[in-house]
Amino acid sequence: MAEKTIRVLVAKPGLDGHDRGAKVIAQALRDAGMEVIYTGLRQTPEQIVEAALQEDVQVVALSSLSGAHLYLFPPVVEGLRQQGADDVLVLGGGVIPDEDIPVLKEAGIAEIFGPGTPTKLVVDYIRQKLGVESPAGGNSSDQ
Amino acid sequence: MSLFKEGFIRDIASQKKQWEEKLAAQLQKRPERQAEFVTDSGIKLNTVYTPDDIAEFDYYRELGLPGSYPFTRGVQPNMYRGRLWTMRQYAGFGSAEETNERFKYLLEQGQTGLSVAFDLPTQIGYDSDHPMARGEVGKVGVAIDSLQDMETLFAGIPLQKVSTSMTINAPAAILLAMYIAVAEKQGVAPEALNGTIQNDILKEYIARGTYIFPPAPSMRLITDIFAYCAQNIPNWNTISISGYHIREAGSTAVQEVAFTLADGIAYVQAAIDAGLDVDTFAPRLSFFFNAHLNFFEEVAKFRAARRLWAKIMKERFGAKNPRSWMLRFHTQTAGCTLTAQQPDVNIMRVAFQALSAVLGGTQSLHTNSRDEALALPNEDSVLIALRTQQVIGYEIGVADVVDPLGGSYYVESLTNQIEEQALAYINKIDEMGGAPEAIEFMQREIQNSAYRYQQDIESGRKVVIGVNKFQMQEERPRNLLRVDPAVGDRQCEKLKKLRSERDNHTVQRALQNIKEAASSTENLMPHFIYAVKQYATLGEICGVLREVFGEYKQQIVF
Repeated sequence: MAEKTIRVLVAKPGLDGHDRGAKVIAQALRDAGMEVIYTGLRQTPEQIVEAALQEDVQVVALSSLSGAHLYLFPPVVEGLRQQGADDVLVLGGGVIPDEDIPVLKEAGIAEIFGPGTPTKLVVDYIRQKLGVESPAGGNSSDQ
Repeated sequence: MSLFKEGFIRDIASQKKQWEEKLAAQLQKRPERQAEFVTDSGIKLNTVYTPDDIAEFDYYRELGLPGSYPFTRGVQPNMYRGRLWTMRQYAGFGSAEETNERFKYLLEQGQTGLSVAFDLPTQIGYDSDHPMARGEVGKVGVAIDSLQDMETLFAGIPLQKVSTSMTINAPAAILLAMYIAVAEKQGVAPEALNGTIQNDILKEYIARGTYIFPPAPSMRLITDIFAYCAQNIPNWNTISISGYHIREAGSTAVQEVAFTLADGIAYVQAAIDAGLDVDTFAPRLSFFFNAHLNFFEEVAKFRAARRLWAKIMKERFGAKNPRSWMLRFHTQTAGCTLTAQQPDVNIMRVAFQALSAVLGGTQSLHTNSRDEALALPNEDSVLIALRTQQVIGYEIGVADVVDPLGGSYYVESLTNQIEEQALAYINKIDEMGGAPEAIEFMQREIQNSAYRYQQDIESGRKVVIGVNKFQMQEERPRNLLRVDPAVGDRQCEKLKKLRSERDNHTVQRALQNIKEAASSTENLMPHFIYAVKQYATLGEICGVLREVFGEYKQQIVF
């Protein structure tokens, strides 16, 4: 494999315990050949930044359904910036009202994926953003 | 004794052979819509069901009469002909004042029971001013920091008249203590209190994530509640063993029944091990299930769960009181099936799900609101959801006969299959040492089912209107509920004031007593009741318990 494998941190900031979506996305990204680390529940933005740096990921995918996204997503981007990791692609998902999306994008969250998003869309988005072609074989899991 | 004579079954079988030839000819001309038809649990369906699908069916053993063992047909002899199920809409957001208003609105509209949604800091035992509570205060439910908030929450609501359900688990004992204290202030005796506390910690580890302490002390808190309530609040449902969240996390119907009843077995065993007689607490156990989309499978699921639990209580635990054999349950329609796309379509989904719960014999029902994939429900949406229940109860006649689908070859066959497959899971969990030991196994099973479900949607095998079929350009609804972001600040101010006004010396002593009792085997409930009356906060009490019990560390299963 000439191509460097994409590394993604899937994270659950705050107190929200609904991780079905996060785990489904994590599994879909893994099936698409990415290396995926899942933080588990109840992470502070600081912990997520630290994990992202330690794991040397290119993508951080945040998930929240509790309505605390405006408090929890932007500090992750901010923290990464402060650590000089502003090239990390930060994505958000969950139950997020339309009017919050511009606010989050303004804060540096690259894209928000709402309920009903096909996982393939997220996979394609990440590959396109990172300038990585779909692997010819596709769908091979490396774990 | 089988329902059918042997000769009759043979005759049906031979007629079926001829019919299959006819069917094959038909299929040559016009193939079926799908290569195969299966339920959401993967149970393969026949084209038609006839008596030979339930050839061994013994009416008395499998069904009996409603209100009698094994309760397949319902827990009461006349079910909804006497009284409709409790219409109990789950509600809570922002501050105690705002939620109190919503409660009163819902009661005015004909809701018959309250159901309190608490915010995440409350559910995890943090006060609103804890750093982890940032951004979460009042968001998914009401913020309760102390007895003061609880008094506001129930102001003007006579607690002897309503039945209240509280969705709280890890700190359930403390919220129950607050409820008892509010009742006392209202002049209501504990014996007059009616309601349910969810109090189901195992499903928090398995599926929902709002745990605090490790399993062993959590189980002890639960058995303390069982023991206290058996003595003091005889009409209180001390636990609501919840499959709902297991299903929302992605399980199948079969897994929902299996894992919920496995959790139930663990609670019964823990209480027996703590020295309680099964018949003193078992009649107060209640259950909570999900009503998902696959209509007949859901009806069959409720019936199968009831029969299986009756057998477990009678045969496995030797309970003698018929009330100990009864599985009484609340149902909520499946939030995870609601779509952000074309949200009005959710009204229909909810109606069919609610209908399956009623045909399955639920005791209490929450119907979800159409806007829940977008936000917490607004008042209009909750009203439509409540009216949906009222139409089912009052207009369409389905509540006029007990278990109207009983005897359907299809429904009975599905009921049998769900029971069998759920029992196979329970046996497997028993082999692993019971539910607390099988947490990660269950998580993995649920996760695999969730992923498969998602793949079925993405491949189009499972149709979701508005998502992968019949999509349309649409505008998002505008009048979504938004929780006032200032709630968090106001709660923090209230806490500051409370801490400066109460008798802090007494509070410290009450906390010290809890610490000592937690380290012993003494029942903690009286200590909680005393402490909350002194206005010790939820976060302070849980803080003391965290010191003694430690905190649960999640195993990441993925």
